[in-house]
Amino acid sequence: MPDAIVAEGLVKKYGDVAALDGMELTVPEGTVFGLLGPNGAGKTTTVRILTTLLKPDAGRATVAGFDVVRDAHRLRAHIGASGQYAAVDDHLTGAENLEMVGRLYHLGTRSSRQRARELLERFDLADAADRPVRGYSGGMRRRLDLAGALVANPPVLFLDEPTTGLDPRARIGLWDVIAELVAGGTTVLLTTQYLEEADRLADRIAVVDHGRVIALGTADELKDQVGGDRIHLSVTSTANLESAARTLAPLAVGDMQIDAAALQVTIPVAGGAATLTEALGHLAAERITVRDAGLRRPTLDDVFLSLTGHQADENTKETVR
Amino acid sequence: MNTLRLAVADGVTITKRNALKIRRAPDLLGGVVMLPIVFVLLFTYVFGSMISLPGMSYGEYLLPGIFVMTIVTSAQITGYTLTQDLQRGIFDRFRTLPMSPSAVLTGQTVSDVIMNFTSIATMAIVGLLVGWRIHSSPFEAALGFLMLLLFAYAFSWVTATVALALRTPEVFNNIATILSFPLVFLSNAFVDSTRLPGPLKPIAEWNPVSTLVQAARELFGNTSPALPVPGAWPLRHAVPVSLLWSVLLLVVFVPLATRLYKRAVSQ
Repeated sequence: MPDAIVAEGLVKKYGDVAALDGMELTVPEGTVFGLLGPNGAGKTTTVRILTTLLKPDAGRATVAGFDVVRDAHRLRAHIGASGQYAAVDDHLTGAENLEMVGRLYHLGTRSSRQRARELLERFDLADAADRPVRGYSGGMRRRLDLAGALVANPPVLFLDEPTTGLDPRARIGLWDVIAELVAGGTTVLLTTQYLEEADRLADRIAVVDHGRVIALGTADELKDQVGGDRIHLSVTSTANLESAARTLAPLAVGDMQIDAAALQVTIPVAGGAATLTEALGHLAAERITVRDAGLRRPTLDDVFLSLTGHQADENTKETVR
Repeated sequence: MNTLRLAVADGVTITKRNALKIRRAPDLLGGVVMLPIVFVLLFTYVFGSMISLPGMSYGEYLLPGIFVMTIVTSAQITGYTLTQDLQRGIFDRFRTLPMSPSAVLTGQTVSDVIMNFTSIATMAIVGLLVGWRIHSSPFEAALGFLMLLLFAYAFSWVTATVALALRTPEVFNNIATILSFPLVFLSNAFVDSTRLPGPLKPIAEWNPVSTLVQAARELFGNTSPALPVPGAWPLRHAVPVSLLWSVLLLVVFVPLATRLYKRAVSQ
């Protein structure tokens, strides 16, 4: 399968600050690639370079076979981009916004109009098509912005934090739309600071920090890097917490996390469900009352924490976009 | 040739977008239609009732000045829209499209000409209703309107340059107001510049706004032989010098605005 996006050693500096410091990416055609990282990690800068908005200081990149610097103008006919600042015109109606984009892709007046109606229908905006965008909700604006990126049916799509700032319902709605798109074979590069979003949408994920990729793989591979399953246990008293921890210590394959305030203990284990049964047996033998017990896979949160030493949602300084 | 055709097509698309915006936005529409009407009525009746000129009514003397004042003040709309678009990321969308990069600024400035045409037509009609008359030939009058529109077009590029240098709507509005007031009022738009005191007189007489106002007065025939003839060179050759100013502004500010646009959007 040919690669739709290739980036090699991208560097972009703002003064002394390196927004990108050797960014490497390869995205095969027809897959969804997630760029995951905190604010200021270099996600948006990467997207701006790949969509020809910025020139890199060093390194090279091709998208759909076109060099992003040398063939910038020709490349633009083959990409669609939707950003975190919904780039739609407030005073124009939804239909007018999309028609304008169609005409700027040089689709011709009639096809632009037809395409606009199709997309409005598909994105559940048909009822609002002839109202000025000013009156749209945040979720509607994002959907319209995303529709704008799809006007020319581009083979490669860039979505920069498509759901940042949306309420949970609008977010899930947008996820469904994106999932549907991908089923149609579009290559998508998605940036996000939401682990759940990357987990749900992306085939492969690159964890980005300080302008470079620090880990790469499927969501499962990344989770495996952090270790296997964990037993998660809630007990009824502090005394029980201590004895539970003591009893289960032999089963642990890594450091146990004890949360004294919540009366919870998390124990990394090998062996999955059988180990959970064994652990519950030991606890029953010791007559320790358990309120809740379960086995869980590590989340991408655990991955992020162990890779970067800080939480994904920690607001680090916002660098120039 | 094909590139040029696409550039024109893209320019037309952006022009339509801006024209729609002006029609939909009450604040912009107010600046284009309501404010000029208010200017004409206010100045004609308030100042016109107090001030008298030898050989002609002050109202007739005034209207070319109001035309030019409106051109200068409504050019702020250009800058304001540009700075807003810069902040809202719409230019990012445009720049990821295979459109002609020049279309954004040409579309903006051409839609300003449409806006200025609307303003000037409104003022002319209201002016005619309250007693303004054209005393020249139809050819001269047409030339007068064309000259105003050409200057308005050139001046749009000046405001676009200032806007792209300042980038935020609030800062732009403040600076533009501070700059446009002396430009309009330190001129012959409302008063006879030959009677201004000391250092104000040469400033007013060499102000391009004065040249344009003088040229408009001559082309519309809103002058009187009883008025003192201004001595300054640009006012004695007002029509050619006005055209020269427009060309000069275009030559300087089209490339400057284009360069600033590229810089503003590539960060």
